[in-house]
Amino acid sequence: MTDSTVSPAATQAGSNHTLLLLLKARTFIALILVFVFFSIFAPNFLSTANMVIMSKHVALNAFLAIGMTFVIVSGGIDLSVGSIVGLCGMVAGYLLLNGIDIGLGWSVQFNTLEICLIVSLVGISIGALNGFLITKLNVAPFIATLGTLYIARGAAMLSSEGETFPNLTGNAEYGSQSYRLIGSGDFLGIPISIWMLIAVGLLAAYIAKRTPLGRFIYAVGGNERAAGLSGVKVTRVKYFVYMFSGFCAALVGIIISSQLVAAHPATGDTFELNAIAAAVLGGTSMSGGRGKIGGTIVGAFVIGVLSDGLVMMGVSAFWQTVIKGMVIIAAVVIDQAQQKVQAKVALQAQAAVGK
Amino acid sequence: MSGSAHPVGLSIREGTKVYPGTVALKEVDFDLRMGAVNVLVGENGAGKSTMMKVIAGVEQLTSGRVEMDGHEVNFHSTDDAEHHGIGIVFQELNLFPNLTVSENIFMAHEKTRLGIDIDAEAQRAETRALMRRLEHDIDPDTLVGDLKVGQQQIVEIAKSLSRDARILILDEPTSALSNAEVEILFRVIEELKAEGVGIVYISHRLEELIRVGDHITVLRDGVITGAQSMEGVDIPWIVRNMIGESSKDFAKEIDHPFGEEALRIEDMRLADSSGGFAVDGVSLSLRQGEILGIYGLMGAGRTELLEAIIGRHHHVTGDVWVHGEKMGKPRVADRIAKGLALIPEDRKHDGLVQILSIRENMTLSSVGAFTHGIHMDLEGERSRVADFVKRMVIKIASPENPVSALSGGNQQKVVISKALMTGPRVLLMDEPSRGIDIGAKAEVFRVMRQLAAEGLGIVFVTSDLEEVLSLSDRIIVMSNGRITGEFSKEEVTETKLVTASAVGHAPDRAERETA
Repeated sequence: MTDSTVSPAATQAGSNHTLLLLLKARTFIALILVFVFFSIFAPNFLSTANMVIMSKHVALNAFLAIGMTFVIVSGGIDLSVGSIVGLCGMVAGYLLLNGIDIGLGWSVQFNTLEICLIVSLVGISIGALNGFLITKLNVAPFIATLGTLYIARGAAMLSSEGETFPNLTGNAEYGSQSYRLIGSGDFLGIPISIWMLIAVGLLAAYIAKRTPLGRFIYAVGGNERAAGLSGVKVTRVKYFVYMFSGFCAALVGIIISSQLVAAHPATGDTFELNAIAAAVLGGTSMSGGRGKIGGTIVGAFVIGVLSDGLVMMGVSAFWQTVIKGMVIIAAVVIDQAQQKVQAKVALQAQAAVGK
Repeated sequence: MSGSAHPVGLSIREGTKVYPGTVALKEVDFDLRMGAVNVLVGENGAGKSTMMKVIAGVEQLTSGRVEMDGHEVNFHSTDDAEHHGIGIVFQELNLFPNLTVSENIFMAHEKTRLGIDIDAEAQRAETRALMRRLEHDIDPDTLVGDLKVGQQQIVEIAKSLSRDARILILDEPTSALSNAEVEILFRVIEELKAEGVGIVYISHRLEELIRVGDHITVLRDGVITGAQSMEGVDIPWIVRNMIGESSKDFAKEIDHPFGEEALRIEDMRLADSSGGFAVDGVSLSLRQGEILGIYGLMGAGRTELLEAIIGRHHHVTGDVWVHGEKMGKPRVADRIAKGLALIPEDRKHDGLVQILSIRENMTLSSVGAFTHGIHMDLEGERSRVADFVKRMVIKIASPENPVSALSGGNQQKVVISKALMTGPRVLLMDEPSRGIDIGAKAEVFRVMRQLAAEGLGIVFVTSDLEEVLSLSDRIIVMSNGRITGEFSKEEVTETKLVTASAVGHAPDRAERETA
């Protein structure tokens, strides 16, 4: 198509290319539209204070959605992340309040960093349990993570008999007073949780694009048999995605308990559905093999901005839910259209070579 | 046996079918005669299956028309074709292994009371009648997954019979049948002919075609090169029309000496799902620079053997040595690292990740080669890919396009590139020429020759006699999971191969022992 003669076929292909570009950028375009809409119709939408609050809300879902993206790209699903958030919040709260009683008359107390590490480890272990069930025991991902969803939620309830751990202000003596800063502190005017999101987002995008592990995640999701026969260690890849997802959920558990200065065992209920929605909105294919971290983050922003903006406009919560659902369905419909156009463009280019 | 005795029931006029990258049919004119066996021959990729898919409504012509009884018809789906009385038995069986024999036979045509309640008893009874007609003792309530491949083929044929097809297309129906089963099938075909059914019969077994056929049509590269009544047709005539004047030239250019032993298998056994062995005590040895052909019929255990060697199956007994080094537990990644590489038979399901780009598919087995620590050097990857695209003469618009946009031949070259990128010392190729056009085929064979000359050991599996005869330095024949013959290039003949490949399929002991 580089020559100067413009045949009808070439213009056709050209318009297809433009269309494809628009379709590919659709989530981003949607984000801009939502933003513009609310800045006109919602009072104070563009104020700095609102931006900070909104970004904090979005960050929580974005963490989960990043982990979920890897899982979905690998051909699986992780329903347990919401419960892991709840359980990890409870573990953090318990450690802050009580430390660990080792039964010798005194208890071991931890500083902020240690608590974060232990809690992350809890999230990663549940992810590893998911991986074990799915790879070694051959349980379907939906069922395996549904099981751990209930187990983790139940464990969270048991940890406090359903009560809230209040006043998680930490203790200067143990070096845990800084725990509060994770949720409420900021650096250069930007909340700590957003910095964490940037770090995790960049890490995940790097893994996806520039490491063999990332490449393998896509291959396993695209065709597990072919990936296995090509020498990809499918089991390891699956373990990784669920453990990473568990890690992301643990981070959210830490951030929420720090923001609220309390840990409630029901925290994180249905978070997994929002995470799936963000990933799908960002162009992740539920059948595996396709999806981008950047797309997912934009998707999380669309959902977050939409729901916060609607609240500010005073739209009822019931209508919000309806609108969210319609946006998700629209996203998937447009995604199908993109796939068709993309295949057409590729076939045209290939046919031009074949002649 | 003259043409006038058999009225034309369906015809294709100027039928052209274009797939991305290849033209499968070029303005073919085909007449299907009723009350006769219309035999269709041609090499893999000549367009036989495409033509039948058009008749059966699976595919639509790009241009041209299909006529039945003088009227143009358009089949948009297999349902459409079925309403016109066309039934097809595909080469790849379309059965549901999780359902019973009678459920499969009446799939989407269930016998019902009042359109809701399935009359299972009536279905069973009719299934029994069909099985009696096919002289097979298969219980209607057996799960199809528990049947042998040959029995499954019988079920598939019974399915078509149950629909009272006026035109019945049989695409390689005998590939998995034993001699006795083939005889039964031929008797059924005679009966159907007498009832006025038009039968299209596709097969690679030329003797069979001559025996059963009334009219013959030969296809080469999507063009009909010969069509006449069977009178006066002999094997040389068919071969001439199939291959053309310029016979395929896979001939070895230069003789090169073989090196040391590259691969050794000892007493390999792999259990199959029905309690037998898919690979039953196979031992073989391969030297550097040698091309070892494995010939056999469908279901002979050839694919399973290659998969067992590469380490796909965990429950395998027997040892594998590569260059004198004994392989550990069967793990694909380890074996690739030790210098084995597999080019699977089923490109779509085992060879490629369709959703990924050409580049990502090609380097999937060898990402380590351009990875530093955990960081992939994408620039290095691109140049490696560009290098192989040039070397393998792959026609692509861009390596970033999805691999699904390529034609079969180019896809196969991507799979071969993927294997070669790992720097293998032994290459296992399963039906490397399946479903690719003749030009690509010649290039694949040229590459195989060249690799062997460079010292690679190659094991390749094929069901094409001509291919195995002209490419191999040595030939092993497999049947029912066992090695039933081994021939050097000098002593081998087509007859010897065919005889050895039928061992174990014979119904009685006596025949087995004479083979």
